[in-house]
Amino acid sequence: MCGAPLRGRPGLTEILVAIELIFILQQVANGLLLGCYYLLIALGLSIIFSLGGVVNLAHGAFYAIGAYAMVFLTERIGYAGAFIVSPIVVALIGMAVERLFLRRFYRADPVLSLLFTFALAMVIEQALRMVFGASPLSFSIPEFATGQLIIGEFFYPLYRVGMLVVAIIAVTGTWYLLNRTPFGKVVRAGIHDPDMVRALGISLSPVMTAVCGIGIGLAGLSGVLLAPITGVQPAMGQEILTAAFVVVVIGGLGSFWGVVLAAILVGVIRGLTSYFYPPASEASLYLLMLLILVLRPRGLMGEKFERLE
Amino acid sequence: MAAEDASKVSENRRRLIQGGAALAASLAMPAYVRAQSKEPIRIGHLTPMTGFLGPMGEYAVLGARLAVEEVNASGGVLGRQLELLTEDSVNPQTASTKAQRMVDRDKVFAIVGEISSASGLAISQVTNRAQKLFFQTGCNSNELRGANCSRYMFHLEANNTMYVRTIGQWLLKQGMVKGKRWMAFTADYAFGHDLFQQTKKFMDENGAEFVSNDMIPTDATEFSASMLKIRQQKPDIVISNLAGNQTTNFTKQYHEFGIKVPYAGADMNMTSIWGAGKSAFSGTWPIIWTHQVQAPSAQAFVKRFQERWKKLPENQAVNDYLAIILLAKAMNETKSDDTDTLIKYLETAKDLDVLRERPGYFRDWDHQLMFEMYTVQPAEGGGSGPQDFMVTSDPVPGPGESLEIIAPTREENACKFA
Repeated sequence: MCGAPLRGRPGLTEILVAIELIFILQQVANGLLLGCYYLLIALGLSIIFSLGGVVNLAHGAFYAIGAYAMVFLTERIGYAGAFIVSPIVVALIGMAVERLFLRRFYRADPVLSLLFTFALAMVIEQALRMVFGASPLSFSIPEFATGQLIIGEFFYPLYRVGMLVVAIIAVTGTWYLLNRTPFGKVVRAGIHDPDMVRALGISLSPVMTAVCGIGIGLAGLSGVLLAPITGVQPAMGQEILTAAFVVVVIGGLGSFWGVVLAAILVGVIRGLTSYFYPPASEASLYLLMLLILVLRPRGLMGEKFERLE
Repeated sequence: MAAEDASKVSENRRRLIQGGAALAASLAMPAYVRAQSKEPIRIGHLTPMTGFLGPMGEYAVLGARLAVEEVNASGGVLGRQLELLTEDSVNPQTASTKAQRMVDRDKVFAIVGEISSASGLAISQVTNRAQKLFFQTGCNSNELRGANCSRYMFHLEANNTMYVRTIGQWLLKQGMVKGKRWMAFTADYAFGHDLFQQTKKFMDENGAEFVSNDMIPTDATEFSASMLKIRQQKPDIVISNLAGNQTTNFTKQYHEFGIKVPYAGADMNMTSIWGAGKSAFSGTWPIIWTHQVQAPSAQAFVKRFQERWKKLPENQAVNDYLAIILLAKAMNETKSDDTDTLIKYLETAKDLDVLRERPGYFRDWDHQLMFEMYTVQPAEGGGSGPQDFMVTSDPVPGPGESLEIIAPTREENACKFA
């Protein structure tokens, strides 16, 4: 299998199968980690869509801004400072975009917001190309996070373990905010029945600004985390956006846990395909999406929204 | 880009005014003076400016523009100015459409550029039909010089065999081929497939033991699965046949995963090395040119490029620069804009300045430009300066060796000009 013949004497077959199994388990673990990166970017996409009905095609572009901000600020205020400031900068840009533009589209034909965010994505990408050039910017993992974590046969770069921790904190924080706070109650009510929320005298407008800030800030955070790994270049947003959409579609709209489950599933499937049949590693996401949509047209845990049916 | 466009608009406007003034003046002048202010010679420049080859395309544009400016400053070609029409070639379909439009509507004299082998082939089909010259500046695939070769196409870029044999010579010297287990990672498109075949042929012929080859989609950016696989297989050497941004990211993640297996590859660009950065750049790679090449004409070019664009030139800039310089030279030397005359000149000129120690020449049977290549690897002790953390080797082939030893022979890559 996987083009890698097992070496050694036939008598050792069982041991070798066990070792092969460890490697496969390692790939599964790797897939889980990959899933967390997808989750960070897909979660923001999902909540903005759920509440505002806006398909944010510029989400990947905000991810790219996060990465560029990280590179730009690290040179000036150091890694730690840039790590905290960059996602906040992206969140603020997101809130400004919501205030100035997105809010005009909540009740409009969805095609309009689709066109607007598509254009915004192109403007941001070209702007990054103009300011920073088309060449990838060199950006490395900070000195303190280099090295590898080795436990027995298990092996993983330290930086990625750190990324996992940050991603879990960010996702848990978002979950807490949406499910355990008065703010979250308004958001969830707004997702299900915006008119009723308004009728109760609660304005959804500042809530939407905050939600866009959080969602786009999460995209910025993923850019910050992935900058030293996947290269900082203007088109980086496009690449991740498609994967993020696949995760949202597989997970189902409006479901927090659906997105979590889908991200992990996508990560694991992609990880295993890269191991067994690399040419299909990118295609595997779409095959998975096709399969899920045939079996469950609303996604894994998608709820029924009257306004979207 | 907007600022550039604006300056181009005002430049165009200025040229229009100048043109208008010239036209008015020419009415009163005898015919032999009028010849001086003929229409400019248009050159179509197609190169990918977006996508995974975009970073190189950016340098292609800078190189081509510098060449046109220099040619025009020194009196132009046949008393006429050159005019460059640059467009993003995007993909083979778009490249073909744009090439056709440049030929039909813009009446370009020749087309220069391209990096993707697939798009290069598409453009070549257009220029072949139109019987226009095409100087391709970045397509490595052997097929373009072999089965798909064309009398109208000249190759400024090295072909895959030249890359493979350049790095192969180095690997052989290091004793990293015979009896060694090797793993390959290959870009999953025309260029990568071709390069892998050339690499495998070389490694097989020299007694290496093949472990596996993974075809990697061109849009993949994350390689953790590959890294874990390398760790599992424990090969003696890893060979990359990846392209563009893939190479940058693969190299960075190779470093991140702390893999100690010797690492080499068959294609490298300075944009990828700079993109990987000082701490992550590793391995030994073949390259057609770097700013560290010490030949006087190379260093003079580096200086001019830096003065004009405020940054160091890289290998792609050199190819597009040379394409235009050589075309202008051919036209000026033959005093002709007849395509057949120019082809004949290019096929026979033996002393072309190609910004390297030794002069280069186009082979008359496949139109491959022959030139010295180099290998590049991290500098010991980190090198000097933020863009000089690598060292460039002496030229390959070495002094006294024929340039032909790294290139495929007629038998290996047969080309028939129709």
